[in-house]
Amino acid sequence: MSQFLPDPVLSVRNLRLGIGKRYEILHGISFDILPGETYGLVGESGSGKSVTGLAIMGLLKRPLSVTGGTIHFQDRDLLKMHPRERRQLRGDRIAMVFQEPMTALNPLVTIGRQIAEMFVIHRGMGWPEARRKAVEALESVRVPAPEERAHAYPHQLSGGMRQRVMIAIALACRPDLLIADEPTTALDVTVQAGVLELMAELCRAEGTAVLLVSHDLGVIANMCQRVGVMDQGRLVEEQDTRNIFTNPLHPYTRGLLAARPRLGSRTPGQRSRLIELDEVVNAKDRGRDMPTLITPRGPQLAPETRA
Amino acid sequence: MMRFILRRTLQMIPTMLAVILIIFVIFSVVPGSFITSLMSEGRNATNAQVLSHLNEQFGLDQPLPVRLWNYLSGLAHFDLGISYRTREPVWNVIEPRLWPSIKLALCAMGFAAFVGIPLGFLAALKPGSVFDSGTMVVAVSGLSLPEFWFGLLLMYVFALNLGWLPSFGYQPGSIRHIILPAIALGVGPMALLARTTRAGVLDVMNADFVRTARAKGLAEPRLVRSHVARNVLVLILTTMGLQIGALMGQAIVIEKLFSWPGIGSLLVDSVAVRDIPVVQGAVLVIVLWFLVINMLVDIAYALIDPRIKVS
Ligand SMILES: Nc1ncnc2c1ncn2[C@@H]1O[C@H](COP(=O)(O)OP(=O)(O)OP(=O)(O)O)[C@@H](O)[C@H]1O
Ligand SMILES: [Mg+2]
Repeated sequence: MSQFLPDPVLSVRNLRLGIGKRYEILHGISFDILPGETYGLVGESGSGKSVTGLAIMGLLKRPLSVTGGTIHFQDRDLLKMHPRERRQLRGDRIAMVFQEPMTALNPLVTIGRQIAEMFVIHRGMGWPEARRKAVEALESVRVPAPEERAHAYPHQLSGGMRQRVMIAIALACRPDLLIADEPTTALDVTVQAGVLELMAELCRAEGTAVLLVSHDLGVIANMCQRVGVMDQGRLVEEQDTRNIFTNPLHPYTRGLLAARPRLGSRTPGQRSRLIELDEVVNAKDRGRDMPTLITPRGPQLAPETRA
Repeated sequence: MMRFILRRTLQMIPTMLAVILIIFVIFSVVPGSFITSLMSEGRNATNAQVLSHLNEQFGLDQPLPVRLWNYLSGLAHFDLGISYRTREPVWNVIEPRLWPSIKLALCAMGFAAFVGIPLGFLAALKPGSVFDSGTMVVAVSGLSLPEFWFGLLLMYVFALNLGWLPSFGYQPGSIRHIILPAIALGVGPMALLARTTRAGVLDVMNADFVRTARAKGLAEPRLVRSHVARNVLVLILTTMGLQIGALMGQAIVIEKLFSWPGIGSLLVDSVAVRDIPVVQGAVLVIVLWFLVINMLVDIAYALIDPRIKVS
């Protein structure tokens, strides 16, 4: 282990989040993301990955709110920051790409303008200059014919292209941290790999740290240096990516791995959602502190056939 | 775009034909005729000779299909027939009523839009607040109050008690005369617009692209301006269009109440004396207004929403 670990870009400590104090969704999670690092967050549906990302962005919607803990971004406490300051950080220093490219862009505004907006609000540019920068940004995410595409509306673009536009928006101001919440799950299998590679490449070039939320352990294996495993609002394991595949510590992680298609049989970027896992998990009532995922279900008698 | 407008215009023709047919059939089966109403006015028309002469003069002795055919072929030349009462071409009777009616409808809608849309917007920006609940209570009352009653109330307060505004009548360029009837007519659409705007804003505020806009770091005013307002406009355009379109028809009561010389009061007067050609003409105008407004709304849609194909 290196003794010269740089200061983390993002430091989440004991983050609690819920609906008021009564109903808790995140039960105190802690993790760090180092500059330029890609940190993976895996876990089954409903384990709290998205709300973690939204909490960091400060975009939690009304019934949900942060109820405890701290989020430090480059040594500044995000939760104690003035709302205006925090807003100025959003999009500029911390950016986010969402899962749904189909609805994440305003259908009535050209994509060129939606990208240009970033330069207008964060760089104080006038629209003509911002527009030129937007075309450059489109070019950098390898949208063909960026000049013309800038005048297109979202509905005229494919899902993959829209997600490229989203990435262009997110990376427009060269943020220090990108939160990507299942950025390719909604995309066609054939374009997933391309979009992910593009994202990784651009972030590597700019030294942008990434918090990558994914169902797909294959994606995590390809993209991340470290991975955190979430289960029911807790971070149950955190490891270097290569270790987690060879030496998973937590039983829940082993369950995740077991439910995954064989590593050798998949091509990089191929979609392999943990459908099998979801079925197993949802079929059982698990105890809070004892994830019993790996215990074989075995044949069970239906209640009515029990003597 | 021209082809789009042309196509929508042509699409109006079958609707118009259906409306004409329905009006024609209805007024040929309603009891009473112009002649009987003449008699009830005490004029000396009991003479059978006079009666058949009148019937002949207005073509009423012919069977219904023939009359319908005559009417339609007249319409093809923009000839709406001859008024039984004034013996003038129907168009000459209707034409002076058009502008007052359109003016009243537009002013009522202007009032509805300028009050209803901002109210709905403000209510939605602070859902659950006192302002929100207050607005919605007013909106619901506005929708449920009979406009006739509301018109009387306005008249009573602002014309009789305070004496600020004239209580009835029409003067060609007078703004003071139009205020009360326009508010009385516009209060229903205003309430409806406030409600649909509020619902629309709440809807759009929850949209994914607004979350994206927030993630981009947009300040709230800019976010509302560039990512909410236009999208809400698309949502409420239909409501607005339907309201303006229906206003000319809805104005009947208000026009009568405020002695406003529009199509609505003409319709009421003409029905009373069974002046069928004028009634038909007036109904046609009201329907045509509705259809034209709807076409304009469609065009506005095509201009605002890039997803709508014009071709
Ligand atoms: N607005 C809300 N109101 C109530 N509960 C919520 C709300 N949003 C999220 N939750 C709850 O918070 C928990 C975590 O949700 P979250 O969306 O973060 O899961 P996730 O790990 O991202 O799942 P997925 O993989 O399906 O995206 C879930 O149990 C969910 O029911
Ligand atoms: Mg999620």
